[in-house]
Amino acid sequence: MSAEHRTFDYDVLVIGAGGAGLRAAIEASAAGVKVGVVSKSLLGKAHTVMAEGGVAAALANVDDRDSWKVHFTDTMRGGQYLNNPRMAEIHALEAPDRVRELEAWGALFDRTADGRILQRNFGGHRYPRLAHVGDRTGLEMIRTLQDHGIHQGIDFHMEHTMTALLTADGRVVGAVGYDRERGRAQVFQAAAVVLATGGIGRAYEITSNSWEYTGDGLTLAYDAGAELIDMEFVQFHPTGMVWPPSVRGLLVTEGVRGEGGVLRNRLGRRFMFDDVPDLYRSQTADNEEEGWRYCQGDKTARRPPELLTRDHVARCIVREIKEGRGSEHGGVLLDISWIASRLPNAAEHIRKKLPSMYHQFKELAGIDITREPMEIGPTTHYMMGGVRVDAESQMSTVPGLFAAGECAAGLHGANRLGGNSLSDLLVFGKRAGEFAAGFAREHGRAAADPAQAEGAVAAMFAPFDRQAPGEADAGPYQIQRRLQVMMQAQVGIVRRQDEMENALAQIGELEREAAAVAVGGNREYNPGWHTALDLRNLLTVAEAVTRAAIERKESRGAQFREDFPGKDEALGKVNIAIRKGADGAMTVTRAPLQPMSAEARRIIEEMK
Amino acid sequence: MARATFRIWRGDERGGELRDYATEVTPGMVVLDAVHQIQAESANDLAVRWNCKAGKCGSCSAEVNGNPRLMCMTRLSDLPLDRPVTVEPMRTFPPLRDLVTDVSWNFAAKRRIKRFKPRPPDAPDGTWRIAQDDVDRVQEFRKCIECFLCQDVCHVLREHQLQERFIGPRLLVYAAALEMHPLDVEDRTGDLRREQGIGYCNITKCCTKVCPEGITITDNAIIPLKERVVDRFYDPLAALLRVFRR
Repeated sequence: MSAEHRTFDYDVLVIGAGGAGLRAAIEASAAGVKVGVVSKSLLGKAHTVMAEGGVAAALANVDDRDSWKVHFTDTMRGGQYLNNPRMAEIHALEAPDRVRELEAWGALFDRTADGRILQRNFGGHRYPRLAHVGDRTGLEMIRTLQDHGIHQGIDFHMEHTMTALLTADGRVVGAVGYDRERGRAQVFQAAAVVLATGGIGRAYEITSNSWEYTGDGLTLAYDAGAELIDMEFVQFHPTGMVWPPSVRGLLVTEGVRGEGGVLRNRLGRRFMFDDVPDLYRSQTADNEEEGWRYCQGDKTARRPPELLTRDHVARCIVREIKEGRGSEHGGVLLDISWIASRLPNAAEHIRKKLPSMYHQFKELAGIDITREPMEIGPTTHYMMGGVRVDAESQMSTVPGLFAAGECAAGLHGANRLGGNSLSDLLVFGKRAGEFAAGFAREHGRAAADPAQAEGAVAAMFAPFDRQAPGEADAGPYQIQRRLQVMMQAQVGIVRRQDEMENALAQIGELEREAAAVAVGGNREYNPGWHTALDLRNLLTVAEAVTRAAIERKESRGAQFREDFPGKDEALGKVNIAIRKGADGAMTVTRAPLQPMSAEARRIIEEMK
Repeated sequence: MARATFRIWRGDERGGELRDYATEVTPGMVVLDAVHQIQAESANDLAVRWNCKAGKCGSCSAEVNGNPRLMCMTRLSDLPLDRPVTVEPMRTFPPLRDLVTDVSWNFAAKRRIKRFKPRPPDAPDGTWRIAQDDVDRVQEFRKCIECFLCQDVCHVLREHQLQERFIGPRLLVYAAALEMHPLDVEDRTGDLRREQGIGYCNITKCCTKVCPEGITITDNAIIPLKERVVDRFYDPLAALLRVFRR
C-alpha cells in the first residue's frame, strides 16, 4: 500500500500559499518555469488573511521625512541589531515597489487627500508608514495575490501537507506528503523548493495562530540539513483577546493603538509611561497630550509609549498582571472609546477605521469598543527565527532549498516591527521565486531516490498500524495540548534556566509518546491523523526554541530571561544557530552576526 | 457545568447519518469550539475545516440547526441548548467527509471571470490617484471572505444545481468588485449575460440574508450588474448606435 503514490514534476515547488508562497509562485512563474504550489488549507485562507494593521513601506506619502534609510534603521533598532543588515536594507529599499505593484494587480488601499496611498502609525516605526485598508489589509493582500496568481499558469494543490523533503547529492529534489481529501501519498519532484509555511504558534497554548502553524517548513528544512537561527525569538503580541475563554489569544490589531487606543491597568493608570527603554526615550512622548497629538498626525509630537516595540509592551503588560494590577480575567485594558472626549464623531470614526475589531468584540465578547475598553493580554503571534537564508537569494544552507516569509529568519532579528511581516513576504517572496526559478534553470531537475520517498510514505501511514495505548491522555490531541500548556508555562514570555531544562526533559518524553501515537478511522480527511503527523514538527521546533533560549543567557528583544535580566555584550554579536547533528541530535552553536557594510553603519549612526 | 448535545452529520459521498455527541458547555463558547471538543474527546477523526476562528477566513461554513453559518461566529448562548444542536455540512456542495464539502467548483469558476485590467497609470512614476470615496464604494464587495454560504443557499445552485450555467452570488460579488473597481477598464457584461448566467438570479435575496460580512449582495452587487447587462444588450438606442458604429 505504501508504495502507491502519485507523482508530480515541477521546476519550482512552493510549499505554502500565504502571501510569501503566492508571491514566490507568481515570480517563478513569470520567469517562465513550471510552478506548483501546495497549501495546507484552501486558497486564500492562510494566516496572511488575518493581518490587520498594514504593510510597512517607506512611500513617504504622509510624511515626506520618511525614506528607506529610516525604515532600515527602525527595523534594525527594533531587532536589537541581531538582524541580517543586508536583508533589512533590501527590505526597506524594495518594499515601496512591491506595494505599488500590488495596486497594479488590483489591491485597493485607503487614500490620502490627494489620492495617493494612505499610511498609518505603528509601533517602532518613526513615521506613518503602513499602507492599509481599514483593518483588513491582509485579506486585501492575499486576495489580490490569489486572484492574480490563478491566471499565471500555476498548478495549485489545495489541502496538501508535506511531511518530508527529498534530497540527492547535497541538494533538494522534491517533497513528499499527502492530500487531506483522500489521504493519498503524493510525491513532488522539483528542481527547487520554496518553503513558505509560516510560523509555529500552535506550539503554545495561547496563540493567534490557526491549526496550520505547526512549524512544518522549519522541520522539513532542519531534517534536510538546513540551519535554523534566532529560534529563541518568539513574538508575543501584546494585545490578544482574553475573554471569553473560547477566543483567548485572538489578535487585537496594533492599529487600535495607532488610532489613539491607550493601555490602562485596573487602577486606571497608563502604565506604559512608567517604563520607556533608553533606546527609545528621545522618540517617545512624555505626556498624554503629546501622545494624542502624534496619533492625530502632528509632526512635531513624539510617539505615545503604547507604540513602543511589541516585546517591550508585552513585558509591561505581564508586569502589571503579575503585580496584581490586571483586569478581571487576567489581562489589562485597551481603551479606544476614550477618544470620544477628543473627536466629535468618535464612534463612527472607530467603526470606520477598525471595522473588524468592532465586529470581533461585538460578536464574540458582547463588547462595544466604541463605548467600553477591551480586555487584552499577550498572545503567541510570530516567529522571528527560522531557516537561515542568503539575503539576496533567500536560499538556505541546502542548495535548491529556499525560504521566505515567516519561516525564514534574518530580517527581524530579536523582535519584529508590526507591518514588517507583510512587506517581508512581498519583498522576499518575490526574491525567493526569482532565485528559485534561476536555480531550477541552471541546475535542472534531478531524480529522487525512490527508497527515500518510500521511507517517507511509510512513516506517514505508520500511525494507522499502531495499537492505541488506551490511556486517555495519549491521543494526538492530548499530546499536542500537553505540549502547548508546557511551552506556555516554561518557555513563554518570561524564561528561566531550570524551567527550560525541565521543558527539554518533557519534550523528550512527549517525543517518545508521539512516536508511538496511534490513530483510528481511515485516511480520508482524518484530522486525528493529521494532528498526529504535525506533532513531530511541533516537538522539533519546541526543542529548537528551548535550546536556543537556554543558550542565550541574556535578555534581548523578545527573549526575556528572569535569571539574566540584562544584555550580554558577547551575545549581542551572535545569532544562535540550530542544526541536526550527524548522530541525529540537535546541535546548538553561536554564529557571528552577518557583517554590516560601512554605509549601513553610517546610516544607523546618522539616524540615532 | 452544563452539557449539551450536538447532532453532527457523519459520512461521505456514499451517504451518512446524524450522530449525537454530548459535551460540556463553557462561557463564550461557539459551535466550532464544541466540534473541536468532541473531536478531541470522542471522535478523533471528525472532519471539519477551519482556520482563523475569528470570522476572517471563511473556512468553517456549515448548517447549524438548518441555518447556514460560520461555526466560529455562532455562539452557543444564542442557541436553544435544551434540545440537540444540529450541525450539517453545506448541502449545495458534494460531501467529502463529515462537515467538509468539495468547494473546488467555486475556485474553478472564478478563473473564468476576466481578470483585473487597470487603466494606464495617472502619474509618471507609474502610480494612480484614487479618491477615498471610490475606494469606499467597492469596499463592501472586497470584504468577502469566500465562505460560500451565499452559494450554499442560492436556489439556482442548491436546488437546480445549475453550476455549469450560473456562477452564483459569491462570484457575482467578485465580478462587481472588478466592474466597479476605480481603475478597471475590462468589460465583463457579455460574459455575465452568457456563460455566467446572471439572468438566472431572480433576486430572492437569500444570499444577502446569510452573508456573515453583511454584504448587501443582491441590491448592491447583483442588481447593478444586471442593469449594466440590460444597458449594454437591451437598450434599443445603444443597440442602434452599435449598428452604426460597425
